[in-house]
This record gives sequence, structure tokens and C-alpha cells, in this order.
Amino acid sequence: MEEILSLARKSAQEAEVFLTSFEETPVVFEANRLKQLQTRQGILVALRIVREGRIGFSTTTSLDDRVSLVDRAIEVSQFGTPARFELPYQLTYPQVEIYDPGVETLSIEQMIDLGESLIAKVRGHTPALLCDARITKGLVSVHILNSRGGEVSYRRSFFGIGLEGNLIQDTDMLFVGDSDSSCHPIGDIDKVASSVINQLELARRQASVSSGRLPVVFTPRGVASAFIAPLALAFNGRVVWQGASPLGDKLGERVFDERLSLWDDATATYRPRSRPCDDEGVPSQSTPLIEHGVVKGFLYDLQTAGLAGVQSTGNGDRVGEGLPTPSISSLIFKAGAVSFEDMVGDLREGLVVEQLMGAGQTNVLGGEFSGNVLLGYKVEKGGIVGRVKDTVVSGNIYQVLNKLVGIGQEAAWVEGAIFTPALCCSNLTIASKG
Amino acid sequence: MYRDQIVEALRGHEADYIEVRLEESEACIIQYRGRELEDLSRSTSLGGNVRVLAKGGWGFVSFNDLRNLGDKVGLAVKQARLVGKDVSRFAPVAQIVDSVEEVVAKDASSLALAEKKSLLDEYNEVIWSVPKIETSIIAYRDKWRRITFANSEGSYIEQKNADLSLRMVAVARDGGDVQQAGLSEGSRGDFTQIEGLHQKVRETAQRAVELLAAPQVKGGEYWVVLDPVLAGVFVHEAFGHLSEADFTYENERLREIMVLGRRFGGEHLNIVDGAAVPDLRGSYKYDDEGVPASKTYLIREGVLVGRLHSRETAAKMGEPTTGNARAVNYRYPPIVRMTNTFIEPQRASFEEMIGGIKEGIYVKNWYGGTTSMEMFTFSAGEAHMIRQGKLAELVRPVVLTGNIFTTLKNIDAIGSDLEMNQGGGCGKGGQYPLPVSNGSPHIRIQHCLVGGK
Repeated sequence: MEEILSLARKSAQEAEVFLTSFEETPVVFEANRLKQLQTRQGILVALRIVREGRIGFSTTTSLDDRVSLVDRAIEVSQFGTPARFELPYQLTYPQVEIYDPGVETLSIEQMIDLGESLIAKVRGHTPALLCDARITKGLVSVHILNSRGGEVSYRRSFFGIGLEGNLIQDTDMLFVGDSDSSCHPIGDIDKVASSVINQLELARRQASVSSGRLPVVFTPRGVASAFIAPLALAFNGRVVWQGASPLGDKLGERVFDERLSLWDDATATYRPRSRPCDDEGVPSQSTPLIEHGVVKGFLYDLQTAGLAGVQSTGNGDRVGEGLPTPSISSLIFKAGAVSFEDMVGDLREGLVVEQLMGAGQTNVLGGEFSGNVLLGYKVEKGGIVGRVKDTVVSGNIYQVLNKLVGIGQEAAWVEGAIFTPALCCSNLTIASKG
Repeated sequence: MYRDQIVEALRGHEADYIEVRLEESEACIIQYRGRELEDLSRSTSLGGNVRVLAKGGWGFVSFNDLRNLGDKVGLAVKQARLVGKDVSRFAPVAQIVDSVEEVVAKDASSLALAEKKSLLDEYNEVIWSVPKIETSIIAYRDKWRRITFANSEGSYIEQKNADLSLRMVAVARDGGDVQQAGLSEGSRGDFTQIEGLHQKVRETAQRAVELLAAPQVKGGEYWVVLDPVLAGVFVHEAFGHLSEADFTYENERLREIMVLGRRFGGEHLNIVDGAAVPDLRGSYKYDDEGVPASKTYLIREGVLVGRLHSRETAAKMGEPTTGNARAVNYRYPPIVRMTNTFIEPQRASFEEMIGGIKEGIYVKNWYGGTTSMEMFTFSAGEAHMIRQGKLAELVRPVVLTGNIFTTLKNIDAIGSDLEMNQGGGCGKGGQYPLPVSNGSPHIRIQHCLVGGK
């Protein structure tokens, strides 16, 4: 890394070398049986330079590829955008707990046992269920070095379990599933198993709904499938800076329900997206986005913060082989006061949405969502009566989250990166074959 | 080039089947957000994987470090043996030794960065020249790769190919109301296919502005007419994924549903997938298991007649191989994927299709699509009402949804104007974006469920 840095410094005023390597071991089950063991090892080296005030950037998969890496970054810098930042140095980093040696010592045999017992437990409830499952462990290390003398490195362990079940009766197909992840090994399969079994129970009967307007309870997984894509864009500092976020000029204004609070936190203990610093070496922090319904802040990397005249929030992530760009780390919603039972119990007629398929494939920039209820239930007189199908739920987050019926008191992690309670929304548009 | 190294690595390892894939690639990314360049980078990558089948179990090892290849084979063999407790079933294919290098009219990967950037600058200026445009997003990527494939059956194949994709989005804004319109194009690395789009770009930007004043459709069931682009996304989501045999081969109940000979649509409906259809983004000579590409009828005259296979799914279902095992890159094992998927043309005219509709929607272009086998969604980038048999006002983009057991039967008209769309990328099992193309003539669907206000 030092050699790349000094080679780059011969032609550029500033330079930064980012090195990440990973090894992950997925244990894959298909159709209820162990199918495949994988070991995936990889490395990425990224060089960012500032030459005559302009950014140059290149990546490779080998530390031996130094000359070509530097040459390509220099070529790119001729056309590069003017740099608006100073590389970070002499910083103190928060202590973020993200490494558990227990992940490395956990054996493949133990992971196989875990997957087998997860499938057995769920099939103990519904023997005809066909399960695909995946138990994954991994280790990531990151090392950043820059020409200002800034240097930081860390390593993170990762463990995840996930199950998807499929039940077909005649021409009716039911898909259920859940997952759990942590930087610790997960020894307990009960959380995922009981969530899937609960879905199977609730979907046992079918129900119908007619087109019109109804209140809808989004479970934590439902929240993630419907609202996160438009929220992540709206709070992205880059989108704000270019004038495309509906929230861009709403800082300090109340836009959402006053019980709603949301923040981004890259320091949450043992979460798979936590770290002491972002991919530019800026210290991690917790950034308030919504406080009691008021827009409090946006997420920035160094370059965007420079353009916007603010400080980076430590959200500069490298996605694939690209330059750092503002990204969410862990999004955390404040839990509310209503139990899930009461939330459903208070509905005369409504829906519970567990997963909205295709919800983000519309004008998410404008806050819209519209998707097919892949897994969801009809509520009548305060009770879940059965599963609904062939039903589309649509809305706009700026209307829907402006006035909520209620916020759940139990929050859960979804997809490893979102911690959210259930949200009950009034008056959503339902289109259904009935 | 790597032949001796691979032969040496395979020596002394025993399994039912072993394959090695090595992949070199170079990519160029140019991205704008507004007038500002958001990303401009050039990346190179070298990596590979080993995949082993033993007694029905699979081992898979991927890496960037090509040294000690024999140890990686050894690890994958050990993994496969730990999993395998049964009998391997793997369709036989002929041993192939071949080298394939494609030549395109204007190879994007060898063009100067200045030339690529200057064309994108022109398009960006076109977007910004449209009044009331708030901002733009442009994402360009070209990539070439050379893949070396070798297996324990003596096949050795080198394939060099390229891929190019371009998406341009215009964003219009009126206070808190933000609307967008997009245009996606792609090719097998041929830059000429993304040149000369200025007029299309202008129309896209104008549409974003017009959408600010457009009303939203009321949700419910409509007769809809799909343009070739959206109908291509529709066929990909509605039937293409369900034809991928890895969903079916170990699922007894799905096998009963997807039995060859079952009727899914009217006699006018023919659906095809094939990498052997030339010069499209999903075209190739050999798939990632070294199986020659083919052209496969999935539906002929409304009846299920075929499906897409890897060597394993073909063997387990007793059907012929089709050459549809693909990996998005060396970090993943190949899985069953689509290539170029389309509805064959018939004779209905556009006027006939809209002529019979009292109140319906003409849906064009795409935002995306997704499926869970039985139910699927596909979303239009552009929509117009059809009233009394005529095209009427522009409305906001809509999400449409269908059910495999009814929607294909509800296609009651298929046009003659087949077009293939090259602008998409397909995702499955974490592998995204895989270059595919899809297409169709205009089609009409009765009683299609549309989300709305």
C-alpha cells in the first residue's frame, strides 16, 4: 500500500489507497437438503488521487498491479471532477464492537447442524414446506492510507442465517421467510423459525379484499420493503445537493408524524454494517435524520459535504468498484407505544403487509411506492382472517408517514441494516382482484 | 493461455466433475448527477473459481489470488465430498476446445475516455436544455472480459466479450413534487448503438416535465396495451423466470404445475429464449458450464413445450440441455438464467388493439419488474389513458401486477412489430446485473390489475 501511495505521489498532490479483503463461507441448503459449501475469498484495491485539483480513480484486484493502477487514475484525473475535500488525518475513532473471534472458530459442521435444525423445526410445523436456507460466516478487513498521514484499519466478523420456504397447493403458491444477522455467531435458530411458523399460521386461510381505501399495518419487514428505498434517496446528501430530494429544502420543518424519529448509526454494537470509520476514513457517528417528525439532517461523504458546505457524516461507502458515495449504514426507527396485537385489534377492516413485491420500481425519488402484496393478511373486526393475494398497495411516503395511526412498541432488525417497529398507516389505496 | 496451469491444478484430484473458471476484465464507469461528474473510474479485475461435484454435492471456491490453484481445487473437492451423500446426476455434453473472440463495429473499451465523456456531455446538455428540468442522472458502464473455462472432461474454452449499458434519467420538480423519466440502452460493447440518441433524450426530459401536470390513475382492473419494451419486461417476469428449471427440478408440486403440454395462453402465444439468437446482450456461444447455446421454445401455440436448463437440472428432469447456466462473474457459481427472451410476432395492428377499448391504459417503457413465480409485477415508465378507442391524456407511471395462471390467458392480441430491448439487467440469487435482452411486439392484456390512487 505504501508503495502505491508513494508512486501516486510522484504525479499527484493527494492520494488515498483503500484496501479491503474478505473471506466468506456460505453453507447452502436447497429443497430441504444440504446442497453446496462455498468459500469466497477476495480483495479490492482502490486508488483515489487529486491531481491539479481534479479527482482520479482506479481499482484492481491485486496489490502487485501498482503501475497500471496509478496510470489509470492519472488518465481519469484529466477529466475528473474538481476535488472539494481534504483527506482526513489525525482523527480519533470511536470504539465500535464488530469483531467476534467465535465466528472464525465456528466449524462448518456446526453451521450444517444449525441449518438442518432450522429446516427441521420449520418443517415440524408444515411438513410439505420446501425450504432453501443459507448459513453464512465471514470476515472483512479494511485498511485506508492517505497522503496526509491518515491511516485506519479494522476487521469485522459476520454471521447470517436465512430461510425461504415455499408451499404449493394446486395452483396456489405461498412464500415465507426470514433472516437474522450479527457480528456474533448466531446459535439460536428459534427467532427465525418462529417468525416463519407465524407466517405459515397466518397464511393458512385465504381472504379477499375489495379495491378502495383501507388502513394498512406494515410489519418490520413490510416497512423495509415499502418505505426504505424512497427514504434512503431522500436523505442522501448527494440527491439533496443536486436538488432532487423532496426533503432538500425542508431541514428543520415537520414533514413526518411527530411520533416518528429516525437516525443512521454506523456505531451500533455488533451490527453487520457498523464500523469505526467509513470507506474514506471519516469517523463513524450516529446521525439524526428525523426527530419527532422534523427533518434533522442528511447523509454525506467527503466530496458531497464539500460541495454542500457541510461536514461529512461518515457515510462515504464504496459500492462495487465505484468512488465513495453517501449510503445508509444502519437505519434505526424509534419504537412507539402500541403493541402489534392492539394495532391489529383496533382495525375494523384493514391489511397487514409483511412483504410488498416490486414496491421500489416506481418514482421512488418522488416518494412513491406501489407493489403487489407478496405476503399479507386481511384484518376484520380486529383479527387476522387470512392471506390476501393479487392485491396492489400504493401510496406516497410524504402523505403516508405524515400522519400515522400508530407506531409499534416492538422493533426488529430487518435485512441486517434496518431496525424498525411496525407502522400502522391510514387510508392507503388498495387495488385487488378481490 | 492458462491451460498448463489448470491441467497441473487438476492433477491428482478425484471427483465426479471439476471445473475451473478464470476471468480477466476491465471496466469503465462514467456517472453524472446533475452537471457534476459523480463517478469516473477505470477498474481491472483478475479472479477465478473452482467448482466440484461429488456424489451429488457441490463445492465452490472463488478467489483473486491465482497462485496455488491446486490447493483451491483440493478445498472445493473436500467441500463437495462433505456435502455429497447421493449420486451425481449431470447431463453429458461433448468435449469442446474452442476460442471465441468477438469483433464489434466500434469497441467501447478501446475508445478514448474523452470521446465517451463528450457524447455523455452532449446528452446531459440536451436534458438540461429542456425548461423546468431540475436535474439529471446518467450512468454509463462498459466492460470487456476474457473468460477461460476448463473442466475435468477435457473441455477448454476461451471467450472474450464485452457489454455496455447506459441509463439516463431526467428529473423535473415542482415544489415537493418530483417526477422522473428514464431511457435505458445497451449493447455488446458496440458504442455506435448508443450514439445519435439526442432526440430520444430530449423526449425523455420533456416527458419528465409533462408528468408534473399529469394525473394519477385510479387503481383497479383495466384492459392494457403494452409497447414492445414493457411487453419484453412482462414476458421476462411473467414466464421467463418460471421457465428456469432450478426452481422446478427439486420441487415435486411445481413439476406437476409446470408439466410439458400444459396450456398457459392462447394459440397465438409463442415465447422463446435463446443465447443462440445472435448479436444481443444475452447472446453467447457457450454458457458458463461450457454447454453450447441454443434457442428454446418455452411456449408454442399457448402450450408449455420447454424450459431452461443447467447440466444438473437437465439430468434430473430428463430433458435436453439448453446452455442457460450463467454466472454474473467469477465470485458466483453458474445458475439457470435467461438470455434473450421474447414473444414472437403475430398480426394485430396497434389501431385494432386500442380500437376496442372504452377505458384502458397504454403502458410504455419500464422502471422494473419482479416475480415470485405465481404473482409478478412490472412497472411502466410512461402511461397514457385510452378512451373510446383513442389515445388520451398522459398519466403518471403505473405498477402492473399479474398472476401466471390468468394473465397469459388474458393476452388477446399480439402485434407484428417485434423489438428487442437491450437496456436491462437481470437479478437472481444475489447475481446482478446479468446482461439479458427481452422483447415483444405490442400486446394487449384484458383485466390487468393496476396500482393507483
